[in-house]
Amino acid sequence: MARMKFLCDADRCIECNACVTACKNEHEVPWGINRRRVVTINDGKPGERSISMACMHCTDAPCAAVCPVNCFYTTLDGVVLHSKDLCIGCGYCFYACPFGAPQYPKVGNFGSRGKMDKCTFCAGGPEADGSKEEYEKYGANRLAEGKLPLCAEMCSTKSLLAGDGEIIAQIYRERVMKRGYGSGAWGWKTAYRETIES
Amino acid sequence: MASLAKYVRLALGAWTLLLFVSAAMPTAAQQVNPTASSVKEQQLLQELNRIQGRVSIPDQRSGVLEQPAGREWREFRNVTLRWVGGIAILGMLIALVAFYLIHGMVRIQSGRSGRTIVRFSAFERFVHWMTATCFIVLAISGLNITFGRPLLLPLIGHEAFSEWSQWAKYAHNYLSFPFTIGVVLISLMWLRGNIPNRADVEWIKRGGGIVGHDHPPASRFNAGQKAIYWIVVIGGAAVAITGYALMFPFYLSGIEGMQIAQIVHSIVAVLFVAVMLAHIYIGTIGMQGAFEAMGSGTVDVNWAKEHHSLWLAEEEARAANAGRSNPTATAAE
Repeated sequence: MARMKFLCDADRCIECNACVTACKNEHEVPWGINRRRVVTINDGKPGERSISMACMHCTDAPCAAVCPVNCFYTTLDGVVLHSKDLCIGCGYCFYACPFGAPQYPKVGNFGSRGKMDKCTFCAGGPEADGSKEEYEKYGANRLAEGKLPLCAEMCSTKSLLAGDGEIIAQIYRERVMKRGYGSGAWGWKTAYRETIES
Repeated sequence: MASLAKYVRLALGAWTLLLFVSAAMPTAAQQVNPTASSVKEQQLLQELNRIQGRVSIPDQRSGVLEQPAGREWREFRNVTLRWVGGIAILGMLIALVAFYLIHGMVRIQSGRSGRTIVRFSAFERFVHWMTATCFIVLAISGLNITFGRPLLLPLIGHEAFSEWSQWAKYAHNYLSFPFTIGVVLISLMWLRGNIPNRADVEWIKRGGGIVGHDHPPASRFNAGQKAIYWIVVIGGAAVAITGYALMFPFYLSGIEGMQIAQIVHSIVAVLFVAVMLAHIYIGTIGMQGAFEAMGSGTVDVNWAKEHHSLWLAEEEARAANAGRSNPTATAAE
């Protein structure tokens, strides 16, 4: 089986935010929630870099470890998903996540947390693949249709890569070799406890 | 002519070879390396243990790119807290059971006098029980978050456990308000009786008379009750403040602040539960004649004489000053 991962080549990202928009549109993500965002570090200064970030679908995912109701599960492809039927909106996954991926729609009084929402690697949720219920809760299930996440598929500079970790690491390694430089696979050490040698 | 052609051919061959060699040589040497001056992930993480930048979406909080500190929090939440909470609460339960089995109930030594004296007004009792019932629900729903997944979930299954936890979360959030009001009222209405004084030193020296049949003098509240008071006031304030920081994310702090708030909240809470178990014990099966102070609001005069002699003397002196012998004391039967 593949082990799905994201990789953002910061030397290619031009902060166009198309991945953010594509994600919102594809999954009809509610207002106020961004499953993916682009962060620019040292904005306007020499050496600035932009990185597109979403849930990294960590190995030994911290969100799953701290969830009080154990609503997370990892698919055979290594994608970390959760059940909104079981989620109680306590906020714990959000304290544990290194990437700020889990978010909560504000529901009820005092803006209390609703069911958690995060990137699904375009793989839906526990409902039947491609069902209406699945779409309403988690968005499109592109993986079940044999497609990769839309954010990476339509990235104009092919900065954002999504797919089997071995393959995207190889693509990145070749790029670095060819152009002679690379600022590394951002977040990989935190998420997967490994880096790409270049 | 033939030799000239030979020279030309040789020169051409040399040039071609040179071209091939230079093409094969890495071009990186002449090229600018744009990553030389660029931000580096490991360096940024080492400096601040988090990476923050600018985002162009309205949610500015999403500008935090990476913060591996959640790992330490995870270790606390899944390991440290379970040990601390488990030892504190189970340890207290075992200690109380052992104490009860060895010493039994602390009886009113001179027996009931049949005369009672008012100890807590209706308002005081109302505030006490409002806070107490809230505390019990908050404690159970809070312990569920820490211990429910390993202990209760395997017994009742995912659906039932999530349903129960959802309601427990609502109860935890909403009952925090009456609980906080209760703590504020308790801190104000019982402050006067809970300032530590000289009598407390003597009381503590004699171990509160809990072992044997000693009855060190005490005012309205003895040193043990004063300790409970300050634990409720300080602990209650701590859980309320940190709890609201978690309930209203980002109003008071960012993620690190919330991780710290959760650590303080949960540690104070499990210790609070352990202390309250002792409080419940001594107020019910631990001591004869104690529960009625918060039940009916009156206590037996002999109970008051043994446990709060200074307070009883004060009350009697006040009653005498008012011109009557003992207006608060009435026949129990």
